[in-house]
Amino acid sequence: MWYYIQYMTEGELLKMFDVRAETMSRKEIEKLQLERLKHIVAYAYENVKMYKERFDKIGLKPEHIKTFKDIENIPYTTKDDLRDNYPFALLAVPMKKIVRLHASSGTTGKPVVCGYTRKDLDIWSDCVARVLVMAGASDEDIIQVSFGYGLFTGGFGLHYGIEKLGATVVPVSSGNTERQIMLMKDFGATALVATPSYAMYLAETAKKQGVLKDLKLRLAITGAEASTPEMHESLRKILGVFPTENYGLTEVGGPGVAGECSEKCGMHINEDCFYPEIFDIENNCAKKEGEFGELLLTTLTKEGMPILRYRTKDITSLTYEPCKCGRTLARMSRVVGRTDDMLIIRGVNVFPSQIESVLMAMDELGKTYEIVVDRVNYMDSIEVRVEVVDPSLLDDYSKLEELVAKIKHRLRVVLQLDVKVRLVEPFSIARTEGKVKRVKDLRK
Amino acid sequence: MLVKQLSVFMENRPGRLYKLTNALGKEGINFVTLSIADTKDFGIVRFIARDNDRAYEILKREGFTVGQTELIGVEVDDQPNALATVIEILDEKNINIEYLYSFVLTNHNTAKILMRVENTDAALKILQEKGIKLLSEKIL
Repeated sequence: MWYYIQYMTEGELLKMFDVRAETMSRKEIEKLQLERLKHIVAYAYENVKMYKERFDKIGLKPEHIKTFKDIENIPYTTKDDLRDNYPFALLAVPMKKIVRLHASSGTTGKPVVCGYTRKDLDIWSDCVARVLVMAGASDEDIIQVSFGYGLFTGGFGLHYGIEKLGATVVPVSSGNTERQIMLMKDFGATALVATPSYAMYLAETAKKQGVLKDLKLRLAITGAEASTPEMHESLRKILGVFPTENYGLTEVGGPGVAGECSEKCGMHINEDCFYPEIFDIENNCAKKEGEFGELLLTTLTKEGMPILRYRTKDITSLTYEPCKCGRTLARMSRVVGRTDDMLIIRGVNVFPSQIESVLMAMDELGKTYEIVVDRVNYMDSIEVRVEVVDPSLLDDYSKLEELVAKIKHRLRVVLQLDVKVRLVEPFSIARTEGKVKRVKDLRK
Repeated sequence: MLVKQLSVFMENRPGRLYKLTNALGKEGINFVTLSIADTKDFGIVRFIARDNDRAYEILKREGFTVGQTELIGVEVDDQPNALATVIEILDEKNINIEYLYSFVLTNHNTAKILMRVENTDAALKILQEKGIKLLSEKIL
């Protein structure tokens, strides 16, 4: 039994949620991982058509997987694979066994789906509970979750992790900042779960309202988008909290993959549930410890939707050195970039190609556009600029205004996000030779 | 019996109107009328030039998005209630005015009103019936 929870004695501070899983020796971790890898590969091969076909095509059999090195022969899984198999073709169990579905935005309007069995939900909650304890939370905390509740894995993922921990969850969800602050004050929340940018916005708003002194917050647990050390420093200064970040993605289940501890020296990966590789995709070779490359993740325990070698497109590095906090789990550095052009706007994944497909489908628009991403008052904003080239739009204003409303609506449908649309004059968007730079990210 | 007007899309930021007026000015194009209504981010510049066709060509060449619209022009005495009389005629036929502007030339005792309406043909007909003096482009 690997899942063995450490129960606290009265007054003792909980340092780890699952001491056994978080402090295994490297040898023990590797033994467990290899065991589980062999199992999950066979399980995926037997129960998911896509994996069987892929393996058969290259003559790979599950029994060929004997060492970690052998894993490298398994083809990657990509976001496109998840999209192509929308909605349920990657599920390894009958729907009867699936007790929850989540989804995130996909590249062409079709979302990426993740299905969970009861056991998956149980392990997911454990993983999130571990991340919460890493962040400094205990069952004494009142934790306000400002992630959206719904198909997004963030809200429910954190929610059940908090319940598992035994802390008090305030499922306030996203939006309505003033109300969030009122509740934080009145309920005496001691921890906040939010995207780092929303946490900053809350902090600034609370400061303006002069209610900082009424808040009892001590932790900010940020995720769903990468934070910078500067943002965490500001959170610390304004709110007086200890900020940490955590990592996860819908494709492998959601939050709870990894989290920072009090040492703030990388995010501990729940290695008994996820097998991480840092890979150089171009040269098809593994990166050494400490080297940066793309993170690949294999789920080690998933029943509902096992995923092998998922290309996260996130660039990070790994270290296996045991941490001062006592955990032996590998640590990933903060994500320093992406291998694709995905943007993360207020926690929502946005691909420029999604925006392009909306614009190109509208005949009344010119073919030149620009996407400008910025951060105003700590909140991400995204603006799409399109050139007005159709003279018939100039008959009256309502035509132009209707056009703006139409573009906004269509983008909203595809992205699940409010986008600012600006009509600009022809030739006002810079044309460059060769590769067109469609995206200006002013946040960096 | 209609007056041709040019419409140009323009972003609401400094220097844009100069670019347009200068492009026409240096080619010797003179404005007869010019009006801008703006929203927060953009506006439509509407104008009539002495030589609309050339103005149109120049602006196309300079890369502006330029459209042509035909307006109804009427001439009324430059005195109180003259505008109201014209509008009343259209109201009676339930013809909606989308936009309108008027101007008075010096040395004239008449005012000229230019308007775009929802139903141009019906408007022309009723205005003619009521004996309102209609303008053609040349009269401008």
